[in-house]
Amino acid sequence: MTDPTTYLSHLELGQPDKTFLDSNELIINMGPQHPATHGVLRVILKLDGEKVLGTECVIGYLHRGVEKIAEHRTYTMFNPYVDRMDYVAAVSNGLGYCEAVEKILNVQAPPRANYIRVILAELNRLASHMLWLGTHALDIGAMTPLFYTFRDREEILKIFEKYCGARLTTHAFRIGGCQYETYEGFEDDVKKFLDFVPPKIDEYEELLTTNRIWVERTKGVGYISGDDCIALGVTGPVLRASGVKWDIRKAQPYAAYSDFDFEIPIGQNGDTYDRYIVRMEEMRQSLRIIRQAIERIPEGPIMAKIPKVIKPPVGEIYHSIEAPKGELGYFIVSDGSTQPYRVRVRPPSFVNLQALDLMVRGQLVADVIAVIGTLDIVLGEVDR
Amino acid sequence: MVSSLKRTYGSGIREASTYLGQNYLVVDSAAVMDVLNILRQEQEFDYCVDITAAHYPQREKQFDLIWILYSFSKNERVRVKTQLGDGESLPTSTSIWPTANWLEREVFDMFGITFEGHPDLKRILLPDGWKGHPLRKDYGIIQQDKEWVQINLGIESGQ
Repeated sequence: MTDPTTYLSHLELGQPDKTFLDSNELIINMGPQHPATHGVLRVILKLDGEKVLGTECVIGYLHRGVEKIAEHRTYTMFNPYVDRMDYVAAVSNGLGYCEAVEKILNVQAPPRANYIRVILAELNRLASHMLWLGTHALDIGAMTPLFYTFRDREEILKIFEKYCGARLTTHAFRIGGCQYETYEGFEDDVKKFLDFVPPKIDEYEELLTTNRIWVERTKGVGYISGDDCIALGVTGPVLRASGVKWDIRKAQPYAAYSDFDFEIPIGQNGDTYDRYIVRMEEMRQSLRIIRQAIERIPEGPIMAKIPKVIKPPVGEIYHSIEAPKGELGYFIVSDGSTQPYRVRVRPPSFVNLQALDLMVRGQLVADVIAVIGTLDIVLGEVDR
Repeated sequence: MVSSLKRTYGSGIREASTYLGQNYLVVDSAAVMDVLNILRQEQEFDYCVDITAAHYPQREKQFDLIWILYSFSKNERVRVKTQLGDGESLPTSTSIWPTANWLEREVFDMFGITFEGHPDLKRILLPDGWKGHPLRKDYGIIQQDKEWVQINLGIESGQ
């Protein structure tokens, strides 16, 4: 492993003081193999005692060259690859990619397909937030929520499995709509889930929201202001917890989101506790969307008329959606052939992770763990 | 907005149009930093969504550099595009949007485009000692820095 001090050029490392009465600055490595970094993230910390003076993230351990692969596959063949970026919210990745290609082809998915997409994408948002809550609480020291959330997330994965045969990397959608019609009993399963989950979310809140230890560990920790979020390009629940009411589902609606009533929950303090509250409320709003969608789902075709061989006209397009972690965008350049000339993925986790340094400066080492958890990053998406 | 920009920069703005409902500007590389500054300061494009590039090896100016911007107050997106030759560099936009820091590092890592005045320009996804820039079109899909792999991983090849 390389010497960590070589990374710290911009942190202005001075010579440590020689007397032991002065506190010496200490450089330590966190990760890449560390259970609380949610994957292979290496953070180099510059410490004064327990206080964090600066950090440097070293990423790329999971780099698979997804954007390069895209240039050597047809539009259809690349579709399953996007599921492997944010693997806890694969449905959202697929939705963003399919919509971007549909946009450059200038076709629209039929209404029924859009409703199915919304239902599955919101179920996936719930699954992603549940996984986040369980692991985040575990990092901070509360073990019970992990078992509760994984138990309930299982119900969502069962619906996915029945719908498309896969639980995580679902490849649920196709360019132009959905490949599969809903299975028999799909609506009953979703409705059953809608009745099953609200008391469970109350249960998670009962465990944490007023829990003294949880409040002490999260209130005022990892503060970031709304202006700093915008300057650093931070999106998703982190931005909303800092008081900026912005959600792409409302600002620039895609799929069928303009048909539904829902609120954008926001926080005021921009700390770890508010981000927790915002995500809990988002889960309830997702349930609201799913309930409306399942009640009003229209009949009709699920695939638009698209050519067998997809050859978009020469041009460039950028399309983004509100993934569970923030703005997930696809920038596609077409040269008129069957393979994309360039696909750029704008990953929310990658951009949000950049705010880590600002959020932990001046805080304690233990808070770094809390902040990594609250940013809700997935390293598969950071490194692509 | 476009007309006021055109008045100031005249021929610096080559093209301003809309494709499938998305607005974009094509700007000369000499004028692009001024245009970005104006978009940020006067047109309230306060959120830099993404900075990326595309490689066209047959062209004289091989690279397209693209900024995707968003304005919260207008709820509007715009793309700014400029062309850059191999070996040329541009001033960094980290002073306009701090988020450009990692995004420019990724462009440097993947395409080898350098940004003058960047606070910490080094590779971000690939290891520091790696040779080559993988998203260039002349870089093969299974190509890799064999020497790096042999020295650092102790294996003959990563394939």
